[in-house]
Amino acid sequence: MAKEQLTDGAAPALVVSHLTKRFGDRTAFEDVSFEVAHGEVFGFLGPNGAGKTTTVRTLGTLIAPTSGSAVVAGIPLSAAAGAEIRQLISIMPENPGLYLRLTVQENLELFAGLYSVPSPRARIAGVLETVNMAPRARDLCGRLSKGLRQRVGLARALLSDPVVMFLDEPTSGLDPVASRDVHDLIAGLRERGVTVFLTTHRLEEAERLCDRVAILNTRLLAVGRPEELRTQLFRSSLVVETAARLPAPEAIFTPEMGVEKWTPDGDATYVLSVADPKMAAPRVTRALVAAGADVLSIAVSRHSLEDVYLELVEADPEAEP
Amino acid sequence: MIGLDVGRLAAVARKEAREYRRTPFIIGAMAVLPLIFMINPVITIFAIGATVKAATVSKAVGATFLVLLVVPAVIPASIAAYSVVGERDQGTLEPLLTTPVRRGEILIGKALVAAVPAVGIAYILFALAVILAHFFAGNPTVAATLTEGSHILAQVLFAPLLAIWSIGVGTAISARSSDVRVAQQLGTLASLPPLAVTALVSFQIVPLGVWTAVGFGLGLLVIDIAMWRVVLAMFDRERLITGSRAVKTTGVGPGDRVAPGEVRRIQA
Repeated sequence: MAKEQLTDGAAPALVVSHLTKRFGDRTAFEDVSFEVAHGEVFGFLGPNGAGKTTTVRTLGTLIAPTSGSAVVAGIPLSAAAGAEIRQLISIMPENPGLYLRLTVQENLELFAGLYSVPSPRARIAGVLETVNMAPRARDLCGRLSKGLRQRVGLARALLSDPVVMFLDEPTSGLDPVASRDVHDLIAGLRERGVTVFLTTHRLEEAERLCDRVAILNTRLLAVGRPEELRTQLFRSSLVVETAARLPAPEAIFTPEMGVEKWTPDGDATYVLSVADPKMAAPRVTRALVAAGADVLSIAVSRHSLEDVYLELVEADPEAEP
Repeated sequence: MIGLDVGRLAAVARKEAREYRRTPFIIGAMAVLPLIFMINPVITIFAIGATVKAATVSKAVGATFLVLLVVPAVIPASIAAYSVVGERDQGTLEPLLTTPVRRGEILIGKALVAAVPAVGIAYILFALAVILAHFFAGNPTVAATLTEGSHILAQVLFAPLLAIWSIGVGTAISARSSDVRVAQQLGTLASLPPLAVTALVSFQIVPLGVWTAVGFGLGLLVIDIAMWRVVLAMFDRERLITGSRAVKTTGVGPGDRVAPGEVRRIQA
């Protein structure tokens, strides 16, 4: 299948259906199904040992699934199609795995040769420019910092102009500045329409970069946009803070005000569970003012992706104690 | 082995050569080992007096011949033993295996770079021995014996075949090993058994003639092919990465997938 056909947006970049991998008695992941659209940045989250890296290795044709099926970059996953799939994807493992005795240029020349990249010199210059490593092309990789090696790893992953890029913990062990650089690079990939499958356990990273996320803990716990997962998992709530304790809060926080239930949170703070915060907030404000309360603040409580993650993973009966 | 891409094979070989050039132990081994293996032939060539009988000369030259053939067997063994476990050790094996490169391309690319210098050095040492014997040996039959057609043929045939065995067995050990030093020690040890074939000739248990050389060459070729079939089977991506091979691979029909934009929570 031509690369243009794969990237025209009609076909999903990845289709995973009931995929399972077992090593003897140990299940790495089980019954995993999802799709990733072309050009999407898809976050794959989960605790250590959840099966994230094994999933990437399976979709990257490095290991064979025990059962289930997948279509990677438009090609059904099979041992026979391994080389064909690998030509269309790239994988950057957690450790970029550069040849430390070779220069940046020599490392990229190797991979350009392995991917049969046309006009390799120009292409290498281009990807080094993309990751801001052009001035370091002649440096030995062994002399680069971890952050710079990660950039070279990304340049290597970009070299073949892949349909799907698998990035496995790309910011693991990086300092905040180097992490920010990698985030900017991934954001740049999204603008260029590259499909990115991002494995991470840094939730703020996923929330910032990903269109959708999947949460895996051997089994797939959820798939969706972070915002959708939040609204699906948590009731919206308002946090009301007054200058003094209310004498009769039960008379104010009523179903007529759109409040389903309420709980005090400290001396003069109340957390209200509401179906529609946009409707409930003005009503509650008016009721509080009418009751003579001095309102300090009313805010919609937002749950982070971390809350979603913890809710799902900790509630998972398969989770280790 | 069908469908080898010359470009990918060359990329692997170029990378190997660049790495070796910058690896002191490999350069050291290539430089020092041949010198050590030349000591015995030099002593032999100079120690044989002018009056020594032809049969004794033939025996001494046979021993020299064996020592010279140890070079193509031993030098590439430790290099080959490093080839896979070394990649695993520095974390480069997985990125390499994620590319479209086929196992045959990796193995041949690596083998070429280990074999060519080893065989080249073996031929250079043999040529040096012949030159030394021709110009400096006290007994003229030494040079004549060394340059007999069967000796040259045996040297030309056996050196690459011994190197190919050595690289194959070294790579096989490397693919299964998790420790570079252990792999190199085992690789060197495992490179030696085929020398028994050449020892039969060197110690004149089997008289060396053109057909004997061809026959033993064919024998070595057969065990080389068998060895490389085993190496290819062992060079399995899953086994190299996880240490185990897939037990069963099945496919099932399309199931209920989660499409882009859809949200699903899977209940326990």
